[in-house]
Amino acid sequence: MIEGHSHVNNGHIPTGVFMRSIVLTKGVPDFSEGAVSFDEEGHLERGKTPTVMNPNDEFALQAALQTKIRHGGHVSGMSMGPPGYAEVLQGAMETVYTDDSYLLSDRELAASDTWATAITLSAGLETYQEEVADIDIVFAGFKTADGETGQTGPQTCWAMDWPIVTHVVALDIDPDERTLRAKRLVEGDVDEIETVEAPLPCFVVTDPEFEPTYRTASQRLTRKRLRAETEERAADHEEYLTTWDHADLNLDPDYIGLDGSPTIVSSVDPIPKAPSEREATMLDPDAGDGMGEVLEEIQPYAAEAGD
Amino acid sequence: MTDEYEHYEAIVVGCGPGGAAAAARLADHGVETLVLERGTEAGSKNVSGGLIYGEESAPYTLADLFDGFREEATERPVTDYYIHNVAGNKVKTYDLTDLHEHDTDWCDAVLRREMDSWLERRVHEKTSETGGGVLTNVRVNGLLEDDGEIVGVTCDELEPITADLIVAADGVNSELAREAGLMDWEEPEEWFQGVKAVVDVDPDAIDDRFDIGSDEGAAHLFSGDLFDDVRGGGFLYTNEDSLSIGTVFHLDSLLEREAEPHELLDALLTHPLLAGWFGNEYDEREYAAKLVPDSKKAAHREPYRDRLVLVGDAAGQMQAQGPIIKGMNHAVTAGALAADAFAVTRGNADPAAAGRRYTKLLEDSGTMAKLRPRRYDLARTVGEREAVTSAVERVLESPLGSLAVGNPIADRLLERAYNSPLLVSMLPDTKTGYVSLPTLIAEEHGKTIHWESEIEPPTLEERIGDLTYDTDVGNPHIELLDQSLDASGAAVTACPVSAEDFGGGCYRSEAVKTNGTEETLVSLDTQPCVECGTCAVVADTEWEHPRGGKGVEYREG
Repeated sequence: MIEGHSHVNNGHIPTGVFMRSIVLTKGVPDFSEGAVSFDEEGHLERGKTPTVMNPNDEFALQAALQTKIRHGGHVSGMSMGPPGYAEVLQGAMETVYTDDSYLLSDRELAASDTWATAITLSAGLETYQEEVADIDIVFAGFKTADGETGQTGPQTCWAMDWPIVTHVVALDIDPDERTLRAKRLVEGDVDEIETVEAPLPCFVVTDPEFEPTYRTASQRLTRKRLRAETEERAADHEEYLTTWDHADLNLDPDYIGLDGSPTIVSSVDPIPKAPSEREATMLDPDAGDGMGEVLEEIQPYAAEAGD
Repeated sequence: MTDEYEHYEAIVVGCGPGGAAAAARLADHGVETLVLERGTEAGSKNVSGGLIYGEESAPYTLADLFDGFREEATERPVTDYYIHNVAGNKVKTYDLTDLHEHDTDWCDAVLRREMDSWLERRVHEKTSETGGGVLTNVRVNGLLEDDGEIVGVTCDELEPITADLIVAADGVNSELAREAGLMDWEEPEEWFQGVKAVVDVDPDAIDDRFDIGSDEGAAHLFSGDLFDDVRGGGFLYTNEDSLSIGTVFHLDSLLEREAEPHELLDALLTHPLLAGWFGNEYDEREYAAKLVPDSKKAAHREPYRDRLVLVGDAAGQMQAQGPIIKGMNHAVTAGALAADAFAVTRGNADPAAAGRRYTKLLEDSGTMAKLRPRRYDLARTVGEREAVTSAVERVLESPLGSLAVGNPIADRLLERAYNSPLLVSMLPDTKTGYVSLPTLIAEEHGKTIHWESEIEPPTLEERIGDLTYDTDVGNPHIELLDQSLDASGAAVTACPVSAEDFGGGCYRSEAVKTNGTEETLVSLDTQPCVECGTCAVVADTEWEHPRGGKGVEYREG
């Protein structure tokens, strides 16, 4: 363990270290039972389905929080999407105590594929480094619940020309050496885990198996303090939200949005309905002989029950 | 070797009233204090009958230590105090308000989830200012020792932590006190077992049925023949919008009578005397149970070892002399005194300096004399005479007095009183006081109740079903070491969530056939466990608490 005997009075954040992290997150349709809405043909009704934070991004946020709690620092949430995605960033602030939020939002960005999204996000990161501060780690979730490509994180990283560690389940950082040591799943299998090291700055894609650990009292007290501080901050989220359009990001509209997307979704197969578990015969209740059929069917059972 | 560990100046284990008082006082003294609470919130593991006292003679009360405590964390103050002597349907009631008010500055009914969680928030605020704070869901599972000397604690959830002072305020089943060799779970005579139901009643109905104002409260005690000759009694306290109704029995007497605690509680709940207070509606919010140390026998006279000090139930500091049951107030005093002891001995090279000072403060403040009167230990006969003298005076002043003059029964009662150490408290520590005397009084002087109770309390199965558990699946916290009926059979009846011929409880006995011979064995399923500790005393177990946040979660307490 790196932390050890390191707490100090009033704050318990180790001095002299400051890790700045960005978490990339996305709003997706809430696919949970009861929330999601499909039309008769099985197509998603986007207007009737609420938007929530991509569930896999939770693990990226937890990894960023762990980094901040163990080493001190600053976590910014960043998302590309319509203005309504500010709520997703606010949710990230409420649940994992991000310090502030950056939303990349512009009509020109509509219909971006993973490539155009990655170009935009990398521009967001570049702009952040120019206007805010140097970044140590960018965290991204495994894949989104709607696109399910898993491409955006790695492509964004490619655009930044940084090292990337994927399928991360545990994380340790040596701030003095400026290296990151991660346990990652090999072939996505929990039985096979390898440990890799990478220099900072670095991209980290967390696996859904990622679990933050807080094994010292000072870490847990810090987490509790952050929670209390965040309650006030999240209620006033607009104060902590920065929105950048394509001009702020210095992006040519020809290379973003639909025009900048080399791929396109040509068609969507409706999600097949789950097959019924019981055999059913459809009857027309208005047809006179309908009830007769029912009676015929159940009579043998009634007879048995009488025995 | 301990340099590698995290260090705090003081660690307080448990955030009940004793731990809260210790932590608040430590913070007042500027001590960096970490409080570790195993419940998901303070109060989620705590049960008490429900009266907390502020004694005039006490050096500290919760109202002194925490501004707004009585306004924000307690239920109703006790303004009326009665004892009911019961024999069948005959009841003789005495007003005990005078006795209750002796040395009492204030006394409020409390529900522990609400009270302790309120304290937790205040304690976190205070201790955060001096570099510490409160952490919940953390179970301290042992003592960290260096070369045989206690230097810190070990936890299920955290790496070991060292401290200059360790306050074990971890309750009646303190694992730290036992690991340190200061307390044990051996003698049933040293313990009471309490069970309690919190019953939902509308606030206006409480005012009306108990004839009290909205800022007043009533306490009622019950003794006599309702409890199958088990030594103990019942209580009823009014909360803001509920009643706390329970029974407390000597554990050895429960064992001797092989009584089922929940049935004794039901005997009280269904007595016609209580029917009017329920208005023939009974909505039980929560069933709870707790082991209670008898400080006369169990309070440790020197509750420390090295840097470790024990406060509250962990040190056996629970004064139960007849109807006046005082536990939380003494825990508060002890916690605050332990903190003061540390403050004045800070920097002393001797690790036990704080503990020694704490022991002296317990003596000098008169706290130990209340908890464990020396006369009870050493000079029982003399002590009895003293107690009895004042007892007789009180009896003569009380309604009993009228009966004392020229009445042959009263003569006999007083004669027995002379042989009873604790008549001062109306319920001496023998069958005479708990059962025979109250029954006689009721038979001779009671009014007969001419109605029946229609109350049907929930079954044990329903009560367990209504409790909230976060079960640590596959990781039972109690291990039954000896399955024989001789060693562990008593738990089947004495455990408040087990019963003879009930398969859904913790303990059950089953006939098992092996090689042609049939044997009755005891088995254990810890899922319904309410962590009261009864089985640690009456059965052969390896007993631990569940890890942080796991196990039963009381909503009322």
